[in-house]
Amino acid sequence: MYMSENAIVVQNTEAPELFGLMAEYPNVDSLLVAARRVQAEGYTCWDCHTPFPVHGLDKVMKIKPTILPWLSLGGALTGVFIGLVLPLLVNGIAYPLNFSGKPYWGLPANVPVAFPLFILFGVFSTVVGFSLLCGLPKLYHPLFTVKRFKRATDDGLFLVIEAADPRFDVIGTRQLLESLGAVALDEVKD
Amino acid sequence: MTSIPLDQDINREFDNSFDRIEGETPLVTGDASLHRITETICGVAEARRAPKTWYVALAISLSLVGLLGVMVLYELFTGVGLWGNNNTVGWGFPIINFVFWVGIAHAGTMISAILLVFRQKWRTGINRFAEATTVFAVACAGLFPAIHVGRPWQAYWLIPYPNIMGDWPNFFSPLLWDACAVGTYATVSGLFWHTGMIPDLAAFRDRSTSRIRHTIYGILCLGWRGSARHWHIYERANMLLAVLCTGLVLGVSSTVSTDFAVGQIPGWHEAIFPPYFTAGALFSGFCTVLGLAIPARYLFGLKDFITKRHIDNLAKIALLFSSIMLYIYVIEFFIAYYSGSGYEQLPYLNRLFGPYWWLGWGILFFNGVFPQVFWFQWARTNPWICVAIGIFCNLGMWMERFVIIIISLHRDFLPSSWHMFFPTWVDFCTLAGSFGLFFTLFLLFCRFLPMVAMSEVKAVVPQGIPSHQGDHAGGAAPQLEGH
Repeated sequence: MYMSENAIVVQNTEAPELFGLMAEYPNVDSLLVAARRVQAEGYTCWDCHTPFPVHGLDKVMKIKPTILPWLSLGGALTGVFIGLVLPLLVNGIAYPLNFSGKPYWGLPANVPVAFPLFILFGVFSTVVGFSLLCGLPKLYHPLFTVKRFKRATDDGLFLVIEAADPRFDVIGTRQLLESLGAVALDEVKD
Repeated sequence: MTSIPLDQDINREFDNSFDRIEGETPLVTGDASLHRITETICGVAEARRAPKTWYVALAISLSLVGLLGVMVLYELFTGVGLWGNNNTVGWGFPIINFVFWVGIAHAGTMISAILLVFRQKWRTGINRFAEATTVFAVACAGLFPAIHVGRPWQAYWLIPYPNIMGDWPNFFSPLLWDACAVGTYATVSGLFWHTGMIPDLAAFRDRSTSRIRHTIYGILCLGWRGSARHWHIYERANMLLAVLCTGLVLGVSSTVSTDFAVGQIPGWHEAIFPPYFTAGALFSGFCTVLGLAIPARYLFGLKDFITKRHIDNLAKIALLFSSIMLYIYVIEFFIAYYSGSGYEQLPYLNRLFGPYWWLGWGILFFNGVFPQVFWFQWARTNPWICVAIGIFCNLGMWMERFVIIIISLHRDFLPSSWHMFFPTWVDFCTLAGSFGLFFTLFLLFCRFLPMVAMSEVKAVVPQGIPSHQGDHAGGAAPQLEGH
């Protein structure tokens, strides 16, 4: 089906550098309806761009829960491990020093170090994980070439279907986005 | 979500400080369209000229920063003998100021993190403010232990690292705890602040007209493009950071208080110290936000975002912590009496009747008694009273740190080593300079960074919330799949 469709051939010859189609929707409700329909149509390479997190959009788009919490947990536990084991290695095993007759290693005395390290490593792994999972920083993106897209951080609600999507075809996809009540439609060049 | 009744006089400030029977009280007053939110917040940073007051305030703060620089250099080249610290009182102004600034830092984390964890939507108007307060206050706090160690160029010795000098870290030393706690706090609050700002920095980038602004904000926002897939991860990341920061709020002041509590000094060696310091820190922090948010909302026209409800809520929390402080003061005196130990009772008698008696009574009134006026709604909604209490409480909390540190140290077990503490002019100038540093950073933040979390405010205004109609329409979509 993909190879035999005429529209695909047209797209490949006439607009080789097309990144995708970008539709703007007037309000949150119509964006949710559109997103649900696009998901139902079986598109995979598509995304919504909104100035704020739209409640329920991730469910509609069937976005898989992120693994970020596990990364944070892993980082945080590493921090605790370092906070407890480093003093043990340094003061308990490598070179035991007697400070005011205290034990060489004790759990309570290490809590003030282990706890901040728990937080510090947890936060580091959360921030780095967020950055890696989102693929940021990414200072250039084809969408930035569209003037209208500047409103994605102001009041514009956009739905973008990429040309890389196997179900993408210029005419059919355009018609689909328009039929869902798009107020504006742009071709995004790569 | 209701909008404001149309017959409301536009120029009159809408009072949302009480719950209305006829519907939910709006979190953002005035015309809350998405574009207007962007216009208002970005407008502050995009205006060609800031309000005149801003220039005056910046000039004053910058001169104080200059003073701070001179004082620190003077101290570096001369030595810590310039301060009032002496053999008996080894912890003078630097440690008082350190604990004071750490305390102020706490409200930011509290407002951002704890209120986010409890999903309090009203925080959206003030959380950015509060986080900024945290970052700048931690910067001021970190300065003091660094210069107090005497040789700040070797401050990195505080961190255990492998070295060839035969330096062996003592993990039982509170100095290491401080380095861990404060270092973590500075790093974490900075990262939390920046992560929260990413979508708003992107808004600044997209509205910028000059190439320099576009580049700087573009790099700062990491190329954010508001993708729903990113929002999903972003929201989760923010929640995780908030949970971790909540732990940090309770952890940092507890660690700082443990520095005191592990010392065998009467007035310090108490089990109540971790909650005591945490409550005090949160109290002073909330009062600082109260004192800063009110002038800023008038100065930059943010009345619709930082509403009367915010001020009212902040005042209520300040009242709560003030009451906790009062309770702790009473308990401290009672335990000292109940211990039956003369050494333990002496610092408490000294607090009320010793040479620093006026500070002892001052903290009771400034921290415990004055804020009780917030029981009344007319006080909570009066900006003058709120700012006045905000300033008094910070004065009171600074005095409290003075009382804890100086009164316990200046008269310890041996009367022969008793010694009065007199701060010098260098002490006072350094303290004033740290205020200058704080306000300079704060004023620059107001001018160049998004003061209110736009993306969060947009998500709680009517236009940003999917209606029930949307849910039904969405529910109908699976039928489309069928045909």
